[in-house]
Amino acid sequence: MTKPATFDVERIRQDFPILTQKIRGKDLVFLDSAASAQKPRVVIDAMVRAMETQYANIHRGLHWMSERTTEAYEEARDAAAALMNASGRSEIVFTHNSTEAINLMAHSYGRGVMKRGQAVVISGMEHHSNIVPWQLLRDSHGIELRVAPVTDAGELDMEAYEALFADGKVGLVAITHMSNVLGSVVPAERVVKIAHANGAKVMFDGSQAIVHRKVDVRALDCDFYAWTGHKLYGPTGIGVLWGRRELLERMPPFMGGGDMISSVTYEQSTWATVPHKFEAGTPAILEGIGLKAAIDYVQAIGFDAMAAHEAALTEHALARLGQIDGVHIVGRAQDRGGVISFTLDKAHSHDVATLLDRQGIAVRAGHHCAEPLMRRFNLDSTARASFGIYTTHAEIDALADGLIRVREFFT
Amino acid sequence: MTPSDNFDDLRDLYQEVILDHGRRPRHAERLTEFDATAKGDNPMCGDRVQVWVKFGSGTVSRVGFEARGCAISVASADLMAETVQHRTKADTRALFESFREMARTGICPACDARLDEAIERLKPLAGVHEYPSRVKCATLPWHALIAALDGAKEASSE
Ligand SMILES: Cc1ncc(COP(=O)(O)O)c(C=O)c1O
Repeated sequence: MTKPATFDVERIRQDFPILTQKIRGKDLVFLDSAASAQKPRVVIDAMVRAMETQYANIHRGLHWMSERTTEAYEEARDAAAALMNASGRSEIVFTHNSTEAINLMAHSYGRGVMKRGQAVVISGMEHHSNIVPWQLLRDSHGIELRVAPVTDAGELDMEAYEALFADGKVGLVAITHMSNVLGSVVPAERVVKIAHANGAKVMFDGSQAIVHRKVDVRALDCDFYAWTGHKLYGPTGIGVLWGRRELLERMPPFMGGGDMISSVTYEQSTWATVPHKFEAGTPAILEGIGLKAAIDYVQAIGFDAMAAHEAALTEHALARLGQIDGVHIVGRAQDRGGVISFTLDKAHSHDVATLLDRQGIAVRAGHHCAEPLMRRFNLDSTARASFGIYTTHAEIDALADGLIRVREFFT
Repeated sequence: MTPSDNFDDLRDLYQEVILDHGRRPRHAERLTEFDATAKGDNPMCGDRVQVWVKFGSGTVSRVGFEARGCAISVASADLMAETVQHRTKADTRALFESFREMARTGICPACDARLDEAIERLKPLAGVHEYPSRVKCATLPWHALIAALDGAKEASSE
């Protein structure tokens, strides 16, 4: 695949101050963006500028500072809505991260809308944050938890997925859009079609997918979509749950407190309209402002260009790693993003990660918060390299050369 | 990279002794005759170890282990088994305290001089203190051993 002329990775790298850091005297080769991405200057500046020039609590002050800050925060909602092609700001619920968004779903949709005896479907390649909230729901609310298996290639087994609906009990599918371990992207439109044909709603965990491709919730026709700001080059502490407005309106609040009410008496309180009903307490104001800067930043670069860059990197990495004796790539999905898990014969993934780190190369090693998936592939852990918009072909070559050294070191 | 590549930059933690014991552990076996056994589990990284201990009169006469984990944890288990053999239970506990201190800080100022020779053998693992996320890899087998001495089935994590 060729890169569009507008995408210049060297120019993009200049936007990320941290990339000039040295690790033990060596250039930083940061291949752990799937855990959390680095931040461009515009995000850093937007947050600093807000603190220096325009900051107050929001939604409650009648003074200039509060009104201006409220506006900035609500503009972040517009940016998130535009990013996902949602119909507007009222459908964007801000949370602290994906994990909170999914817990909100399990609480407000699971306990508030679903009925005892119904089932939730997840997949065999979920992050723990899209497993545990549903287990809690299962145990407290009599909801069955079903798991759609993944194939040896690391793809969702669509036949087995469809079979889970046979008894008509499934009320909700809560499934990853892209695996944080295998890089596999699920066929989202088909997942939704099958669920809807069987009367079930669909929530995607888009923590990884949102970074790697244009997400259009209306084209996907899904019902909820959760993601987290820090992986999209934004700050930590802010995440998004998008939901169809009519569904959000049917859901009871998640947490109680200030900002989420319409009126409070000791006898009874009434709720604010969506999305505020789900946002109790002073929100992550600065992080919202930072997130808007991040969204504006990636939108200006364009998802087509970013996706093309990442596809080229991934292809190059699969080719280079695939040529190294003793390296095994876990998952061979046809449709995949810039995340590659691998093992090395004779060396445990923790040793691999530490020895790569000695060479200035940051990868992640472990179970990646996906123990059931590890077990599915008979693994305790893998090493994982993941790419961002600032990743270069030379960095992938450094990874491959570094791995060859690790292999030689261990033999 | 050529085969004549020198690995100096990789050696500070992975000294030859560690690579050697990690690759070819001498005590990696389930003892058929034993008096105590305990497991250690590091859920953060999936390392798992089980130790079997045979006691003499007031001593640890033999230790065998099975470890599933990185080179550091296997080498540490093996060096531990080698070092505590034929030592009193009290000295074994003292060695654990010294080793834990060394793994955390790289040094052991309060270490018992009587145990110098044993501590010297464990020293190659002291480099782990520069890698906070790896300290547990080195100490896990020791926690399992101490649990076995205490008559527990499972090492409580730190
Ligand atoms: C697929 C997936 N889901 C959920 C999460 C959780 O994200 P967060 O920790 O920001 O809530 C992550 C990231 O770690 C992820 O990769």
